[in-house]
Amino acid sequence: MAQTELWIDRTKCDGSRLCAELFPERISLDDWGYPIIAPGPIPGSLMPHAQKAVDSCPVLALALRRVERRPPPPPAAKPS
Amino acid sequence: MTTLSLFSGPPPAAGAESFRDHTQRLGHRPRGDRALIDTLDRSGLVGRGGASFPVGVKWRSVQSRSRGAAVVIANGAEGEPLSRKDRTLMALRPHLVIDGALLAADAVRASRTLLYIGEAHGAAAAAISRALAERPPAELARLTLLGAPPSYVAGEETAAVNFVNSGVAAPLATPPRPFERGVDGRPTLVQNVESLAHAALIARYGDAWFQSLGRHHAAGTILLTVSGAVAKPGVIEVASGCSVDEVLALAGGVSGKARAVLLGGYFGGWIRADQAGSMVLDPSGLRAAGGSLGCGVVSVLDETADPLDVSARILQHLANESAAQCGPCFFGLRSLSAATTRIAARQADNGDLPQLHRWTAMVKGRGACRHPDGAVAFLQSALNVFEPEFVAAAGARGRRAS
Ligand SMILES: Cc1cc2nc3c(=O)[nH]c(=O)nc-3n(C[C@H](O)[C@H](O)[C@H](O)COP(=O)(O)O)c2cc1C
Ligand code: SF4
Ligand code: SF4
Repeated sequence: MAQTELWIDRTKCDGSRLCAELFPERISLDDWGYPIIAPGPIPGSLMPHAQKAVDSCPVLALALRRVERRPPPPPAAKPS
Repeated sequence: MTTLSLFSGPPPAAGAESFRDHTQRLGHRPRGDRALIDTLDRSGLVGRGGASFPVGVKWRSVQSRSRGAAVVIANGAEGEPLSRKDRTLMALRPHLVIDGALLAADAVRASRTLLYIGEAHGAAAAAISRALAERPPAELARLTLLGAPPSYVAGEETAAVNFVNSGVAAPLATPPRPFERGVDGRPTLVQNVESLAHAALIARYGDAWFQSLGRHHAAGTILLTVSGAVAKPGVIEVASGCSVDEVLALAGGVSGKARAVLLGGYFGGWIRADQAGSMVLDPSGLRAAGGSLGCGVVSVLDETADPLDVSARILQHLANESAAQCGPCFFGLRSLSAATTRIAARQADNGDLPQLHRWTAMVKGRGACRHPDGAVAFLQSALNVFEPEFVAAAGARGRRAS
């Protein structure tokens, strides 16, 4: 099933904190002012806030990504 | 007893094995094709650069995307300060590494193959460079030698890709991972040089042979760098599945009394000496158990050394080696390092020890690459294994003041 998740490019984020103000339901700040994003898919009801946070990031560090939830791959075959 | 596979053949004192001797001893390089990938799957070979990921699975993920345009990077950056095994392998068996790189390139149908070798590892780079000159022109034309900058993160797979693309050896945000889009946007296989050298032998002798080298269901041999309080530190090759005690015996035994063993290097973890001895060194087994052999570092901490001081220095090194791109890595590791250093100096504030625990959880998983994860995993192991020492040291200043 396809779901939407918030993705952040940590190399771009400069800790301007805007996203945490715009999407407090899912984004908090760490001790150094950088966003902590709660894991998991974003429900439809929160999409407007998520979109606003993405659109407002001054360095384009945030994105909404569709992810396929696949079952985890089987462990590597290892004869014993 | 040592089990020699990569290091069978002439003794270390003989230096780099020539192409002629290599070919006489091992025969010509066999085919690199899809059947080889299946053989690698069955062999149980896992990567030796740190993450212990199954090699066959990785080759297939690149091969299936390749369309004949993939790129192979043989990773000989070896930025881990306690590791010597990759540079030793390249210096003594350059043709095994080159064979492995060419086999990988054939199997994933790559059009470019890069040998990414730490520019600080002069003898290794020189041996590889001489070895390339001995190769037939058709092979030489497929291979490019590239110096990796001397930083800890330069060997991280996206940093290697970034260096080739833009000359900057700093990690990149993922996805895409290199196997999806790497050098010039093409599927890229980044593989440690030891992993490639094993593959070169598995291609010749098969998966059952590789399996038979290991003990207790572990596969193959492993290169280890043994350091610290042992009589004969250095690089050794052992059967997968042997115990830490056997490794220490091979390194001439512990000099003095051991307090703990650091397994896996700066990204690894401490193990108490009384528990380390019986530990079994099996890369995939350790990975399955949630541990890691990392890049094969075994370093013995003497009873007389201060574990807090040693741990603080390692953490400081890792903090300094942050590529300073991601806030949580740069500021987080700096804060963690400063607090650990205060505790080790018996100058801690009341809040320092609880902060270490809090920040360790806060930083984990929040860098573009796994550098901060490696650093906090190391610190976590120090906090676990040396808990009494940390508690005593964190309270030392308070007690002196009262
Ligand atoms: C900070 C950092 C530094 C790394 N340095 C090296 C290195 O010097 N050499 C290496 O082979 N792998 C290094 N790695 C692991 C690589 O990202 C990659 O997993 C490895 O080269 C893949 O090869 P393998 O599967 O054969 O181990 C590093 C990883 C991290 C996170
Ligand atoms: S708005 Fe962008 S730059 Fe600012 S903290 Fe959020 S992700 Fe980082
Ligand atoms: S996590 Fe640290 S080392 Fe990795 S890219 Fe970010 S700043 Fe650099």
